[in-house]
Amino acid sequence: MELYELGLRDLQDKLNGDEVSVKEIIESIFKRIHAVDDKVKSFITLDEENALKKAAGLSSKENRKGKIAGLPFALKDVFCTRGLRTTCASRMLENFVPIYDATAVSRLNTEQGILIGKLNMDEFAMGSSTELSAFFPTRNPWDLERVPGGSSGGCAAAVAAGEVPVALGSDTGGSIRQPASFCGVVGFKPSYGRVSRWGVVAYTSSMDQAGVIARKVEDCALIMDIIAGHDPLDATSANVEVPDFRAFLNPDIRGMKIAYPTECFQQGVDEEVKNLILAALKKYEELGAVIEEVSLPHSEYALPAYYIIGPAEASTNLACYDGVRFGLRVEADNILDMYCNSRTAGFGDEVKRRIMLGTRVLSSGYYENYYLKAMKVRRLIKNDFDQVFKSFDLVITPTTPTAAFKLGAEIGDPLTLYGNDIFTVPVNMAGLPAISIPCGFSDGLPVGMQIIGRAFDEGKVLKAAYAFEQNTSYHKTKPFLGGEQR
Amino acid sequence: MPYLFDIILNINVFCGFGGMVMALTIKEVEDIALMARLNLKEEEKEDFAQQLNLILDYSNLLHKLNTDNVEPLTYVLPVYNVFRDDVVSPGSPREEILSNGPLLEDGQYKVPKIM
Repeated sequence: MELYELGLRDLQDKLNGDEVSVKEIIESIFKRIHAVDDKVKSFITLDEENALKKAAGLSSKENRKGKIAGLPFALKDVFCTRGLRTTCASRMLENFVPIYDATAVSRLNTEQGILIGKLNMDEFAMGSSTELSAFFPTRNPWDLERVPGGSSGGCAAAVAAGEVPVALGSDTGGSIRQPASFCGVVGFKPSYGRVSRWGVVAYTSSMDQAGVIARKVEDCALIMDIIAGHDPLDATSANVEVPDFRAFLNPDIRGMKIAYPTECFQQGVDEEVKNLILAALKKYEELGAVIEEVSLPHSEYALPAYYIIGPAEASTNLACYDGVRFGLRVEADNILDMYCNSRTAGFGDEVKRRIMLGTRVLSSGYYENYYLKAMKVRRLIKNDFDQVFKSFDLVITPTTPTAAFKLGAEIGDPLTLYGNDIFTVPVNMAGLPAISIPCGFSDGLPVGMQIIGRAFDEGKVLKAAYAFEQNTSYHKTKPFLGGEQR
Repeated sequence: MPYLFDIILNINVFCGFGGMVMALTIKEVEDIALMARLNLKEEEKEDFAQQLNLILDYSNLLHKLNTDNVEPLTYVLPVYNVFRDDVVSPGSPREEILSNGPLLEDGQYKVPKIM
């Protein structure tokens, strides 16, 4: 196996055993990127020179004290990186160079990880296909005519293509799990508040959560051990105890109680996807878990509520792009026109659509009928989960109703595009942790299974994901992009 | 083709439980765009009206639910006011903060005439 194909833990073993140098690892990664990224288009910005410099500084074992010393990682371009352009895949921030690191990023830097570059996404994290990047679409490594999912599509595609072993993404309504599912990798969204949002460009503040995309569950746990925890700079980061996530990586799940909601196996879900999830549930049963069917009666209301709450918060969060302090500015001779010209030139259509929708639902006379109503429905959705979690440890659903769709297939039809998020959105509305892991293939395209846990009970989610991974081999199948040894 | 959205207006949007929610007119789309500080071209106004109506229409599904006795859920965490001790800590240097400013003069942001 080439170095670029290995996970963080495997690379770590090789480093510790003096089998390879940090330089060799980082060079292997960039060699891979230069070989395949013209096809996949995962990266917006590469930080090659700095990465090699850091690698040189970590050449001796004595200097490598950090938990991921000398190991490569990449970031969705929504994470602020000091001195390195952070675009959010928007014209608005095309030349924005942050003066600080996001907390999650500085924690990875403190543990001596090596940043490889910044990954493509739907503009301002609004979208499910990464086609809404203002720069270029990313492609699915399993089929270059298909989308990688989104909004963290660059992360999932890069990890699947062997361009980087792990990446941080963000997930507001499924933006980590859905692309992970489409690209056949692991995508973990922690509980709301588990990872600091400081320096993560905001979309829907009450639902945004940073998380990890990786090829292996153990690498998710390793990264979570670094990035999780309270941060005084994010008032909504939870001040609760952080467990040792890697301690949960034990495949013994006997006696675990797993529920699957009736609603997730109804019409609109691809037959093949349905069968793969049912087969996975059977697998869990074989491993000693107890499986039962339950109902989440309000889940059909999650999407309409999300498309009120999301845009409402987005419209206020994105009000800061006014051409004054940072971002694109288009001159005019009065301030109102300057604001309007700058925002009109800086934002893409989907961003404008959500800003306008949010503006509408928050405006006087509409607030109660839309925004307040949606927040009440959100309570009902959370209550559904609370009820189920009284007697179950986990809930399992498909991550998405279908495998990856073709580029251009759903663009311009907001409602079809939004439909992808039907199983992932309720989880964000309730603030729960969830993971998507590979559970099979439909016509050669990966299918993901979503495992949802109680708030701040990430350990069980990781444990169940690890047990499945250790007892199946779906994660070992890799896309063929040319040049790999078979 | 003026007022394509009139059709939508006619089809919809009476919701028994939540009351009347009218489809957006071009005039309303213009007002929203102004509030959101966006310029729209003529053809965009129609497109946006249509798309926003689609989504608002879809969200009228929510009115099927009776939520009379339901407390709204703003944040899933029980976090209300978060205070910190009033301790001075070093902020970012002024030049660094200004470095992303699109237009500066004498160490300040420059904007068009306001009044």
